[in-house]
Amino acid sequence: MNKRIIAVFLAAVVLLCSLCGCGGATGQASTTGDENPSSSGANHGNEITVGIAQDLDNSLDPYQMTAAGTREVMFNVYEGLVKPDADGNYVCAVAADYSVSDDGLVYTFTLRDGVKFHDGTDCTADDVLYSFETCAANTVNSAVKAALSAVECGFDVTPEGSVFTVKLAAPNPDFLSYVASVFISPKDYTEGETKPVGTGPFKFVSRSVQENFIIERHDDYYGEKAKLDRVTYKIYEDGTALFTALDSGALDLVAHITIDQVNTLSNGYNVLEGTMNLVQAIYLNNAVAPFDNELVRQALCYAVDVDAMLELTAEGHGTKLGSSMYPAFGKYFDASLADAYPHDVEKAKELLAKAGYPDGFSFTIKAPSNYDPHVNAAVVLAEQLKAVGVEAEIRLVDWETWVSDVYGNRNFEATVCGFDASTLNASALLARWVSGNGKNMINFNNADYDAAYAAAQSSTDDAEQTAYYKECLQILSDTAANVYLQDLADFVAINPALDGYEFYPLYVIDMAKIYYK
Amino acid sequence: MKYAAKKILTLIITLFIVSLLAFLAFQVIPGDPTTKILGTEATAEAKEALRAQLGLDRPVLVRYWDWMTDFLRGDMGESYSYRMPVAEMLADKLPTTFLLTAMSFVITVVLSIPLGILAGSGKSKLMDLLITSLDQVVMSIPPFFIGILACYIFGNILAVFVPGNFVPYTESWAGCLAYLILPAFSIAIPRIAMTVKMLRSSILAQREQDYVRTARSRGNSRWVRLVRHILKNALIPVITFLAVSAAEIMTGSIIVEQVFTIPGISRLLMASIANRDFPVVQAIVVILAAWIVIVNFVADLLYQLVDPRIRLR
Amino acid sequence: MKKRGNPFLYIGGAISAVMSGLIIMGYFWTPYDPTAFVEKKFLPPSAAHLLGTDNFGRDIFSRVIDGAGTSFFIAVCVVAIGCVAGILIGSFCGYFGGLPDLILTRVCDSITAFPSFLLALVIVSITGSGTYNIILALGILFIPSFARIVRGEFARCRDLNYIKSARLMGAGPLRIMFSHILPNTFQVLFSAVTIGFNNAVLSEASMSFLGIGIQPPDASLGSMLSDSQTYLRNAPWYAMGTGLVIILLILGFSLLSEGLQRLERRG
Repeated sequence: MNKRIIAVFLAAVVLLCSLCGCGGATGQASTTGDENPSSSGANHGNEITVGIAQDLDNSLDPYQMTAAGTREVMFNVYEGLVKPDADGNYVCAVAADYSVSDDGLVYTFTLRDGVKFHDGTDCTADDVLYSFETCAANTVNSAVKAALSAVECGFDVTPEGSVFTVKLAAPNPDFLSYVASVFISPKDYTEGETKPVGTGPFKFVSRSVQENFIIERHDDYYGEKAKLDRVTYKIYEDGTALFTALDSGALDLVAHITIDQVNTLSNGYNVLEGTMNLVQAIYLNNAVAPFDNELVRQALCYAVDVDAMLELTAEGHGTKLGSSMYPAFGKYFDASLADAYPHDVEKAKELLAKAGYPDGFSFTIKAPSNYDPHVNAAVVLAEQLKAVGVEAEIRLVDWETWVSDVYGNRNFEATVCGFDASTLNASALLARWVSGNGKNMINFNNADYDAAYAAAQSSTDDAEQTAYYKECLQILSDTAANVYLQDLADFVAINPALDGYEFYPLYVIDMAKIYYK
Repeated sequence: MKYAAKKILTLIITLFIVSLLAFLAFQVIPGDPTTKILGTEATAEAKEALRAQLGLDRPVLVRYWDWMTDFLRGDMGESYSYRMPVAEMLADKLPTTFLLTAMSFVITVVLSIPLGILAGSGKSKLMDLLITSLDQVVMSIPPFFIGILACYIFGNILAVFVPGNFVPYTESWAGCLAYLILPAFSIAIPRIAMTVKMLRSSILAQREQDYVRTARSRGNSRWVRLVRHILKNALIPVITFLAVSAAEIMTGSIIVEQVFTIPGISRLLMASIANRDFPVVQAIVVILAAWIVIVNFVADLLYQLVDPRIRLR
Repeated sequence: MKKRGNPFLYIGGAISAVMSGLIIMGYFWTPYDPTAFVEKKFLPPSAAHLLGTDNFGRDIFSRVIDGAGTSFFIAVCVVAIGCVAGILIGSFCGYFGGLPDLILTRVCDSITAFPSFLLALVIVSITGSGTYNIILALGILFIPSFARIVRGEFARCRDLNYIKSARLMGAGPLRIMFSHILPNTFQVLFSAVTIGFNNAVLSEASMSFLGIGIQPPDASLGSMLSDSQTYLRNAPWYAMGTGLVIILLILGFSLLSEGLQRLERRG
C-alpha cells in the first residue's frame, strides 16, 4: 500500500479553478523503441483502449461533474452551443452560427438542423432553453452560475430555423466560454447522473465502477463523425499496474505519464509532450506569520531553485511560471515573470535578516498525498530551504482532508498544489486572489490587485482587459504571493498506429480526432 | 437451539458495534460529502441545501437510527460518488472478492496442512529442516513485496499477465479463475508459511504430552499416533489461525487488489473512504463484520469436529 | 538427546548481529546525509553507493540503515502493544468465558472488520498527526489477532487434567493462567510475533500518506519499499535493496527465535 492508493487524482487536484483566455498548447513528438505494440496492426477492430489513473467516480450529469478526470472523458459526450478547439477558439457545435450585438449584450445563436441526441431524439430549441435554465439553477461551477444568473434567454422560429437569444445585463467578454459549459441535454431527462445523453461525437455505453467506462461513436452526429467505433477507458488506481499494462501493449493511449515511465517504456509507443495546464506552486498562507511578511515570501522565492527542481523531478521538462498563469493562455502569460526571482541564497538570507529572521524559521508544508508531483516538489523544497536556514517539515494529508482543512478552513502555513481553469478564461485563475473571495485560500489581500482585477472585469476592450490582467499577474509576482513553480509537462504514450492526438488548452482528450493510420 | 440463538445474538452485537463505530468515525474525520458531490467551488448555500436533502443536518443518532432501519429493510442507500444504489455496486464486486478469498484460502489449506504435518511428523529430519528453513525465508518476505515481484516478473518480464485484463465471472469462469491464480498465490504464500510453522510447532508441542507417550507405549504406529491423537489436538490453534486468516484475507486483500487491478470490495472500500462515500463504506464494513462472525462460527464447529471434548458454548 | 549444531541459532544470530550493528550505526553515522540529494538519480549500486541512489539522487544505503532503525522501533512497539494487550484480553476471555468474553471477542471482531485506513484517519483527527501516533493506531489494530490466538489456547487448556489438578490443589486463577497456561501458548505466539513484526513494518508505510508515521523526506523501510515500486523499471536495485534489508531483518529475528525455541526444547 502506498501513496498511490487513492490513485493519481490529478483530476481532483486540478478541479480547483475556472478561467478564461486562450492560446494553443503546443505538442512535440518523439518516439521510443522500434517494436510495435502488440495491439497495433490490422486486428484493432477500430477500437482503442485507454488507460486512466482515476475512476470516474462522480455524477455524470452535465452540470454536476466536479472532477477534472470526468470532464476530460465527458468532453466527448457532451457539447454546448459552441465548443473549444485545440487552439482555444470557440467553434460552433449545436449552434450553426452565432453573432454578438455591437454593445456586447445580445448573443444570437442559430440552431443547427438535424442535431440528434444519443437516444435518437431531435435536439430542439426547447432542449436548449431547458439546458440553459437547468444549468443556471444547478451547475456546480460557480463562475458559470454567476455568468448565467443575470441573463434572459428566449427563442424564435424564423425562416432560417430556430434562433436562440441570450440577453446579458452587462457586457461580459468571457461569455462565450461560459456558453461552452452549458451542455445541451434533452428536456426533462432525469437519468443524466448515471446514463448521460448528449449530442457529442461519442455516446455513453456503460460504466463499471472501478473497472471501465465505454463510449461508442454517435452515428447520427451532425459534423465530422468520430473515426473510432468505440473507446474503452480502463481504470487503474495503481500507477505501476497502469504502466505494466501499457508496457505490455494492452493499452493504446495513456496520458499524464511521468518522465521516468517514458524513459523505460520499451514497447515502441509514440510519446507526445504537452503541458498539464495548471499552476503548480508552493501556496503560502499570507495571513499567518511569518508568511504575512512580504520580505519572507520574497526570500523563499529567491531560496527556491525552480530550474534545479524541474531537473530533479522531471529532467528539465515543464514550464516555469512566476505567476498565476500558464502558457496555454498566450495572451496573458508573461514568461519574464518566471525569472523575477533568480536563485540567490545570499539575497534570500539578506531578506530574511531584514524581516527579522536572521537564523531562519521553521514551518509545516501540507501536501496532498495522492499526487506524487506535489509530494516530490515539497521534498525538493524542504531540501533547498535548508541552505537559507529555513526548516520545512512536510506533512502529508489525504485529499479530502486537504480539501476540507487546507482549502476549506485555510488551516495551513504552506501547501503544494496546482490550480487549473475549467472554463477557458483568465478570471478563473485570477478571481480567487481578490480579497474576500471565498476561494482565496491564501488570504491574499492587496488593494491594487483588487482594483486591477475589477478594472479588467468591467473592461469591454480586449487590449485594455489584457493589460489589466497582466497587471494582476505582475502584482502577484512583485508581492511574492506564492512561490510559483511550474506548469507540469504532460506526457502521452500512444500506439504508433494511431494519429490525430491534439493537446487542448483545457484538461480534455478529444477522441473524435483520433484514428488508425 | 440455545446455541443457535446465542450465535445470532453474537452476529447482531458485532454488526451493531461495527456499524456504530464506522458511523461515528465519519463524524470525526475531516472531509465533507457535499464537497465531493458539489466540488470545491460550490457556494455555502448550495452545500447547506444538499446537506438538508441528504439529511446530514440532523442529529447523529437520528441518522444512525434511520440508516439502521433502512438497512434492515434491505435498503443500503445510494453512493454519494457514483449516484447509484450501493446494492447494485456491491452485487458486482462481492462475488469477485469471495472468489479470490476462497481461492487463496483453499490454496493455503491444501498446501499448508500436508507440509506442516510432514515437517512436524519427525519422520525425516532433512525434510523438516528444508521445510522449516524455506518457511522462515518466505515468512520474512513482505506480502506486499511478493505482490509487486509477481506483477513485475509475470507482467513485465514473462509477459503472461496483463493487469486490468480481468475477466468477470459472468463472462467466463475459466478466464476469471485464470486471472485470479497469481493474486491468489500472492495472498496465499505468506499464509502458507505461517500456517506450516504454526502446525509444526503445535504438533511438536503435542508430541511431548503424556498421552502421546502412552499411545506409543501401547505400540501404536507413528502415523496412527499422529493422526488419531496428535493432530486433533494440534489442529486447534491452527484452526483458530486459519479462521483469522480467512477473515484477514477478505478484509486485507487491498494491496493485491490494487497491484493486480482486481475490481473487488477492498479497493472499493478504500476509494469510498477516501471519497467519504459513507453509504458504501457502511455497507462494506457490515458485510465484512458478518463474514468474520460467520468464519468464527465455522471455526467453532470445526473445533467440535476435531475434538468432541470441546463443547459449543 | 545428542548434542547437535543448531544452525537456526547460529545463522539467525549472525544475521541479527549484522543488522543490529547496522541499525546502531545508523543512529550515529551514515555514509551520506539520508535526506540530501548527493548524486545523480538512479545510479546503480557501486562502491560509493552500496545500494545505488533513488529518484532524488539520495544514497539508498544511508536511507536504509537510517530507516531500519525507525521502522524497527515502531514495529517493536506495535507488536509489544498488540501482544501484551492481546495476551491480557485473550487469556481472560479464554479462561473465564461468559459475558465479558462475548463482549470482548465481539469488539475484537469489530476491530478486524473495521477498515484500518478509517481507524488511522480517526486517530489523526483526534490526536493530531504526530509521528508516533502511528504506534497507537497500529497497536490497536494488532490486538485482535493476538487475542484470538491466545483465547483459543486458553479455552483449550483450561479443561485439561493438569490444570484441573492445579485448581484442586488450590492455585488461584491468576496463577493458573499465567504460570500454567501461558507458557503453553508461547510456541504459537512466537510465530504470531514474527508475522506481526513483518506486518507492522509495512503497515507503517501504508499509513504515512495520512500524515501519521514517518513523513518524507525521512526514511522508513516500508515507505521506501512502496516508493521504490514506482521506479521498479528505472532502478530495480531500489526495490531489491530495500526488500532485501527488510527480509534480512525479519529473517534474522525469526531464525533466532526458532533457534532459541529449539535450544530450550532440547535443554
